[in-house]
Amino acid sequence: MSERAAGLSRRDFMRLGLVAPAALLAACGWDGGPLIEPRLRSISRLNDWVGEKILLSPGRLAPEYPVAARTAQAQFPAYSITRNRTGSFPAPPADWALEVGGLVRAPTRLTREMIEALPRVRYTVKHHCVEGWTAVGTWTGVPVSAVAAMVQPNPEARYLRFDSFDSRYYNGWDLTSAMHPQTILAYAFNDRPLMADHGAPLRLYSPIKLGYKLTKYLTAMTFTRERPGGYWEDQGYPWLGGV
Amino acid sequence: MDAGRPDVKRHHGLVRLTHWLHAIVLLGMIASGLQIYVAFSHFGPRGAPYPNPLDGQPLPAWARLGGWLAGGLNWHFALAWPFVITGLVYLAFLVWSGEWRPLLFRPRDLGPAVQMQLYYLRLRPTHPPQGKHNALQKGAYTFIVLLGALSALTGFAIYKPVQLGWLTRLFGGYELARYWHFWSVWIFVGFTLVHVALVLLVDPASLRAMITGWYRGRFPSHE
Repeated sequence: MSERAAGLSRRDFMRLGLVAPAALLAACGWDGGPLIEPRLRSISRLNDWVGEKILLSPGRLAPEYPVAARTAQAQFPAYSITRNRTGSFPAPPADWALEVGGLVRAPTRLTREMIEALPRVRYTVKHHCVEGWTAVGTWTGVPVSAVAAMVQPNPEARYLRFDSFDSRYYNGWDLTSAMHPQTILAYAFNDRPLMADHGAPLRLYSPIKLGYKLTKYLTAMTFTRERPGGYWEDQGYPWLGGV
Repeated sequence: MDAGRPDVKRHHGLVRLTHWLHAIVLLGMIASGLQIYVAFSHFGPRGAPYPNPLDGQPLPAWARLGGWLAGGLNWHFALAWPFVITGLVYLAFLVWSGEWRPLLFRPRDLGPAVQMQLYYLRLRPTHPPQGKHNALQKGAYTFIVLLGALSALTGFAIYKPVQLGWLTRLFGGYELARYWHFWSVWIFVGFTLVHVALVLLVDPASLRAMITGWYRGRFPSHE
């Protein structure tokens, strides 16, 4: 009896020894394939739900830092899809204005002057990139919630979609994060007008989301019923991207 | 030499299941974690890097899982569920069954641990008496549970550094928490290498015990 058990265990051990390295080799650079990858994305949606409904607190503020703690501007990375393709940052159309619409009672078009006349928020906060780096910077802009109050979203509006002129880069947001007091449409970085590298003339900013959720080069802000995807999110990045 | 000595039931099925589940899940956690790491293979704030022997090093593809950053993230955050749940089931079982007693390293194990080390260094001729596990094993198995907890908690600290800010601050902030999270990987790897080497060299019968539950080797339980 114990001999049989010993044989079994030896066979199990052999199987483990053979199967584990084979599975490991097959796994090299493996995103899960057509069978597992969709399941990983489903679990990512579950994690989004946990992140939004359980971990996200609507009023919790990200800590602010003294101006002296800022990351040197040259060390603050600036990404753009257009720049990756062409080598230069995208330029805004001559008649640039922000379209605010969708499921709202009073859609509007806001010029940069109109936006700068709205109530402003200025904070020095830590930026978290999905890659793992952080950087501290000062951002100035109008709270998204203030713009929302102007256009009066309908009750069925559940998401916000932010569009850009950066090679169709876009992001979808949950309303809780969008209405967070530190979520702003920013027009100044480190107390200077926003430049092309960081999303001029207007970008979305918030210290409660990862950098890829912070749409630069904004063109439109649209309230929707259906959940909008996003440039990277559609390719597999976590949709919520909250920190 | 073990003829006539009866097999002893050593590991409950739940312990064996969680042991091997953790081995597989941890492998996936480490490989997907390394995939995430290569997206930015540095530590510390920008302009003030922390020491890192692997700074900027590309890691080989065979050590990574996910193919690209999003793939690595999705594997990592999916496997985190079975990693944490398996760990909690194991701990709950230890508490429920009382099995934590022969495993938990306590101050009174310090002396026996020294004796055990002397034996391994061949400075003591005879194997010190022991219960189910010797004092060094207790130290190792207590340490590995703490390391598991550390890797999970530092993981949550860098997953939600604002919403779980209290946890992130506990580890000295985001950059340090990410640093400890990374080092816990190499301690896991080192532990596993020593663990497997000792099993094979000192007490191969314990490998069978972790698979079938039955032990028939040099160190039968004294219980």
